[in-house]
Amino acid sequence: MKNKIITAFAALGMTLAAHAASAETVRVGVAAEPYPPFTEPDAAGNWTGWEIDFMNAVCTEAKLDCVVTPVAWDGIIPALTSNKIDAIVGSMSITEERMKTIDFSDKYYNTPSVIATAKGSGITPDAAGLKDKIIGVQVSTIHQDYVTTHFGDVAAEVKEYQTQDEANQDLAAGRVDAIMADSLALDAFVKSDACCEIVGAVEDDPAILGAGVGVGLRKGDDALREKFNTAIATIRENGTYDEFSKKYFDFDIYGK
Amino acid sequence: MLEWIAGLASWELLALEPPGWGGVLLGGLAISLQVAVGGYLLGFLIGVGGATGKLYGGPILRDLLDVYTTLVRAVPELVLILLLYYAGTDALNQLMLLIGAERVDISGLAAGIFVIGVVQGAYQTEVLRGAFKAVPHGQIEAARAYGMSSLQVLRRITLPGMLPHAVPGLANLWLIATKDTALLAVVGVAELTLVTRQAGGTTKSYFLFFCAAGLLYLLVTLISNVGIRRVERYARRGMPAVRS
Amino acid sequence: MSPEIRSWREPHRLVLLAIGIGIIVFAAINMRWDWLPRYSGRLVEGVGTTLWLLFLTSALGFLLAVPLGLAQAAGPFWLSGPARMFCTVIRGTPLLLQLWLLYYGLGSLFAYWPEIRQSWAWPYLRSAWPYGVLALTLSFAGYEGEVMRGAFAGVPKGELEAGRAYGMSPLTVFRRIWLPRAIHRALPTLAGETVLQLKATPLVATITVVDVYAIISRVRQDTYLTYEPLLLLALIYMILTGILVLAFRWLEAKVPVKGG
Repeated sequence: MKNKIITAFAALGMTLAAHAASAETVRVGVAAEPYPPFTEPDAAGNWTGWEIDFMNAVCTEAKLDCVVTPVAWDGIIPALTSNKIDAIVGSMSITEERMKTIDFSDKYYNTPSVIATAKGSGITPDAAGLKDKIIGVQVSTIHQDYVTTHFGDVAAEVKEYQTQDEANQDLAAGRVDAIMADSLALDAFVKSDACCEIVGAVEDDPAILGAGVGVGLRKGDDALREKFNTAIATIRENGTYDEFSKKYFDFDIYGK
Repeated sequence: MLEWIAGLASWELLALEPPGWGGVLLGGLAISLQVAVGGYLLGFLIGVGGATGKLYGGPILRDLLDVYTTLVRAVPELVLILLLYYAGTDALNQLMLLIGAERVDISGLAAGIFVIGVVQGAYQTEVLRGAFKAVPHGQIEAARAYGMSSLQVLRRITLPGMLPHAVPGLANLWLIATKDTALLAVVGVAELTLVTRQAGGTTKSYFLFFCAAGLLYLLVTLISNVGIRRVERYARRGMPAVRS
Repeated sequence: MSPEIRSWREPHRLVLLAIGIGIIVFAAINMRWDWLPRYSGRLVEGVGTTLWLLFLTSALGFLLAVPLGLAQAAGPFWLSGPARMFCTVIRGTPLLLQLWLLYYGLGSLFAYWPEIRQSWAWPYLRSAWPYGVLALTLSFAGYEGEVMRGAFAGVPKGELEAGRAYGMSPLTVFRRIWLPRAIHRALPTLAGETVLQLKATPLVATITVVDVYAIISRVRQDTYLTYEPLLLLALIYMILTGILVLAFRWLEAKVPVKGG
């Protein structure tokens, strides 16, 4: 018994030690959930997707040793501020509200937000169409903010999900009438599931929807932010960005 | 609907090699078990310390231990896990900075072990304290009268005497530890329940994967039960048979 | 618990109490609580949902536990077998997994079966709370069913035989002696099981039921605060647990314990 306890503690100690004292390592937090086509676990237990390719390209460019660290989405900002991770590459939009707590790199993609419903629902992506409907959104996203602000009063209910995947699932199950999310994420979803369709983009509200997606960083971590910014600019220029993007999209998702 | 029922039997999704997700599930199970074993042993150390403190400690220590066991047992495990998961890491790093050491990086696994250990520790403290109190005082006094040293009393009288009282409670806590690891899914530790949801989300075969994971958990419980029965028989040797 | 009477007025207690109050005051002053007024209404509603879930599922679960316990203690094999299996499965798997299996597992069925959306049951199948109630009820029944099995088996045979000797029918013996005696024996476990049930309720927040835990999650996401909302949540659960424990102590004092 005693030996076992000692072994267990030695193992625990080693786990701690193995992760300590690695100066150049950047722990990149991704949301621990399937979010195709950006981040997705595969059957071999690896994370794949556009954002993982993007992270690898940027980290190679900036000569950083990046380690993918899956974190629950609803705790991803606390994980950053409490030093569990060093950067967030999780399709996180740059918004005023988040800027109060964390810093962002320059944007690395920008796509519109859209509404998806069951096929043939006749719902339009505006307040009139969503009147008395149940809308599903993922928590702590710009979409949740948008839906509560613009449709909160007319909708029958706004259901909040821990992951986008669960919201998608409940749209397929018919438990919600509509969901709002990023156009590419929903595009991947409606392609994989015959149940649903995208009915269109919502009217823009820059204050809520922000100015694109950036790498989330701890406040004051300026050196790392500079490295990311330079690397993003470089891979945009030298064609690396377009190269790995081609595998996923047939247009430039960087936006204007 | 037929399609869904057919989907229930997509066994190839459970294959051990990719594209099957069986390997990922077993990997998640391994993490769950590591957290459960580590947390349980850590909880046992805390429990031994806590029980000793409650029995022999001064009034201040006893009160502090009371606060610890009461708090942990009154707050949902899920909330404790969230609190300790973020606060534990933060506090440790503050401490490291304070003593001038380098910031340590705590893996989800280590944090999980710590969290389960703190929760288990509170319950094990109570179980061990109760078991100790169940040993008749006269036996200990008799042993002392025979001239046994404290260590001898502990080894020959107290420990064998408390064992039958401690084993059922400790066994039950082990089963709770294996199931509490599932709560770590909420903070994103890749244990069995979380990887099951990821597998379900990616393949849309929620039902199949949740059932498979349920079976794995059940297997852990059933195998544990066999072991527990053996330990109980050993601990109760020489005692009157129990009525069930 | 311990026979010795400990007083609050012992000097070290006063010091500890002062330190405790000091920590609370420190937390109140130095941490951010400005969000509290904005959410207080919703927090009260959330506590209401939590309590409603707790009482409904404990009551339903207990009702289900009685036949489960009886089947295991005295039923024929085709009743005791399934009952034992039910208890083993419920107690052998995590509640979180059961909850997700019910909610998302069945949800994936509805996706393939659109006709169900015309059924009268759809408004319930569509909401999240029925799944939370079902999972929590089954869980309570599974654990308490095991207790009831022991309680039924533990009622002295002589009491039942005495009932028969009075000419009572088997049903009357069950209704007048066996059931009340078994429930009486199981009562002391009820307090502990109910506290455990309270601590299990926040899991339903993961399937979109808005209980007090979900409200606090909302605060965490809106304010990006790590500790303050969780500390408040821990305090809320501590108070609820405290009230439950006191209520059960009061109840147990009311129910006379005869014959142990």
